[in-house]
Amino acid sequence: MTTAAVTADGRRTKAKPATMAQALGRALRDSMAEDPTVHVLGEDVGTLGGVFRITDGLAKEFGDDRCTDTPLAEAGILGAAVGMAMYGLRPVVEMQFDAFAYPAFEQLMSHVAKMRNRTGGAMPLPITVRVPYGGGIGGVEHHSDSSEAYYMATPGLHVVTPATVDDAYGLLRESIASDDPVIFLEPKRLYWSKADWSPEAPAAVEPIGKAVVRRPGRSATLITYGPSLPVCMEAAEAALAEGWDLEVVDLRSLVPFDDETVAASVRRTGRAVVVHESPGFGGPGGEIAARITERCFHHLEAPVLRVAGFDIPYPPPMLERHHLPGVDRVLDAVARLQWEADS
Amino acid sequence: MTVQELPGAAAYRPTPPPAWKPITDPAPLLPDPEPHRVLGTDAVADVDPGLLLRLHAELVRGRRYNAQATALTKQGRLAVYPSSTGQEACEIAAALVLEERDWLFPSYRDTLAAVARGLDPVEALTLLRGDRHTGYDPREHRIAPLCTPLATQLPHAVGLAHAARLKGDDVVALAMVGDGGTSEGDFHEALNFAAVWKAPVVFFVQNNGFAISVPLAKQTAAPSLAHKAVGYGMPGRLVDGNDAAAVHQVLGEAVARARRGEGPTLVEAVTYRMEAHTNADDATRYRVDSEVEAWKAHDPVRLLERELTERGLLDDEGIAQAKEAAERMAAALRDRMNADPELVPMDLFTHVYAEQTSQLREQAAALRAELDAEQDHDEHDAEAGR
Repeated sequence: MTTAAVTADGRRTKAKPATMAQALGRALRDSMAEDPTVHVLGEDVGTLGGVFRITDGLAKEFGDDRCTDTPLAEAGILGAAVGMAMYGLRPVVEMQFDAFAYPAFEQLMSHVAKMRNRTGGAMPLPITVRVPYGGGIGGVEHHSDSSEAYYMATPGLHVVTPATVDDAYGLLRESIASDDPVIFLEPKRLYWSKADWSPEAPAAVEPIGKAVVRRPGRSATLITYGPSLPVCMEAAEAALAEGWDLEVVDLRSLVPFDDETVAASVRRTGRAVVVHESPGFGGPGGEIAARITERCFHHLEAPVLRVAGFDIPYPPPMLERHHLPGVDRVLDAVARLQWEADS
Repeated sequence: MTVQELPGAAAYRPTPPPAWKPITDPAPLLPDPEPHRVLGTDAVADVDPGLLLRLHAELVRGRRYNAQATALTKQGRLAVYPSSTGQEACEIAAALVLEERDWLFPSYRDTLAAVARGLDPVEALTLLRGDRHTGYDPREHRIAPLCTPLATQLPHAVGLAHAARLKGDDVVALAMVGDGGTSEGDFHEALNFAAVWKAPVVFFVQNNGFAISVPLAKQTAAPSLAHKAVGYGMPGRLVDGNDAAAVHQVLGEAVARARRGEGPTLVEAVTYRMEAHTNADDATRYRVDSEVEAWKAHDPVRLLERELTERGLLDDEGIAQAKEAAERMAAALRDRMNADPELVPMDLFTHVYAEQTSQLREQAAALRAELDAEQDHDEHDAEAGR
């Protein structure tokens, strides 16, 4: 379906189906056009346009100095970005795949996350690190990790992940404009998901740090983000057949964490399941469940459950469907929310 | 039948692979076999006597600063101090070759370079005192925070120099690292990026013989650390790190080269750490006295004093004056460091993000309540005369 969108100057433009990948590319382009200090750098981001084509056309439009193919070295890329940010640029770094970002961890942990703090606020680093993350695209090993728990556990970083085309554009624009470093996790299996979207009049989205209720419901809350949002939306539709009206909360930002929206939802429904595909042990779900328990204990009808990936290294692609939380596993968890105790 | 006897074998001569052509002629990039020296050689005649006298005064001050800071650790005024005694020529030359608009990227042992560049001696010690991390605004002084992780500041120097060049600014970054740091991956990545980008950077290795306790021979099998430059396509230069005039000259040439847009240089200064790694280290476990004694004869302050006195540029009175100035600096530093720093616990939450998250606001409120309760308790005790 095509719907009309309204531009800032009141023109009506037609929204057309666009992919998340296109919206991300457009966000980079618009940020670079608006702000000459925005520089994109990474491996293959120039001539090739990135392995996922997110940076396609940027080198041509803005030149090699603004969209730079770097040597193949993640620590070097992020380390150079630190120096560029120290001199007043806004670097946007592409880490080609989730597990390729690990060589850059020292730069991230020791410098990117801490520079504002180390310098008493004198030298914030406005760096955006784009990380295509997660599985479901049949990638071989080291191409499908969900590494969000590492980033979440590092104070000083914002950790943002869009699940919709509107958010892909809006959150990336906001991340680039942020004076703090942002780890921008792109759910790569949603790169080709489509929605009606107008590049001339992109929808305004909630800011970083605000969770959004994607589907209101009364029976229980599914709390999720990024690649697991479509799974939860589908599960909520399927749950209607069981008589369960599920609310779905899309976190959008893991740091800062929106305790308020999550707690308000769980207080309404009394039941909660956290869904994500990264390993459950030491994962985001444990933190979220603890926060819910601390705030909503007397409203809870059941323990907060987690549906997560297994605690295993990411499996080979022919087995990944057994690892990734799907609709059935989410519904099984909902079924375990002690419904009989309520009736 | 042997291979040579195969029919047609004599006619076959493999050619190099199609892509084979050297990118750069390696010969001009190679360091000289001996570290470059100026003091006590004919080359010293070309050096401005004013510069030599300035280097001398700064070296004497630097030596005293190191001694004073080490003394402060013994008095509990500094948590730790990695002394650069014996390496003052490197520290001072690094600071003096830079223009005001240039940037210095020091490692944790390079407090002296930061002070010689004009940083407040107390601000330079806040990290080591432990009341805050970086005690100064890096942009104000164009000195990056003293870097504790090894070699991780090198890619920052590359990125900053690259950014400055993109903006059309005539800025050079000088990044300091120890011999141990050259084994780190970030050293490699930084040199490679700098050479590919032709960034206006100078990498300055102070080879002081040991990475804490590990000697150079266990650190690298390279002919010298300067030789590593060739692999990246930049010149490597070897210099006597205790010869202040030579270090100043070699670094000056590297900075000038970077400023001309000709790219980065790797400079290795051969020097010696006269003290332990830090005050917490016991150097007698890994090195022998005779080695230290040999280096004492090659002390950077003595080398320069001998040059200046033999040429009649400095007499006993001049040396005494330099020492007095250093004593005044040390006394002022001692006085200021003996005052307790003002600690502001609520600052813990102030500079994590531009805006505090709701989680940090909650934690800040909890700490505030703890502090208020402590204060009430103290006041109650005071009223009760306890």
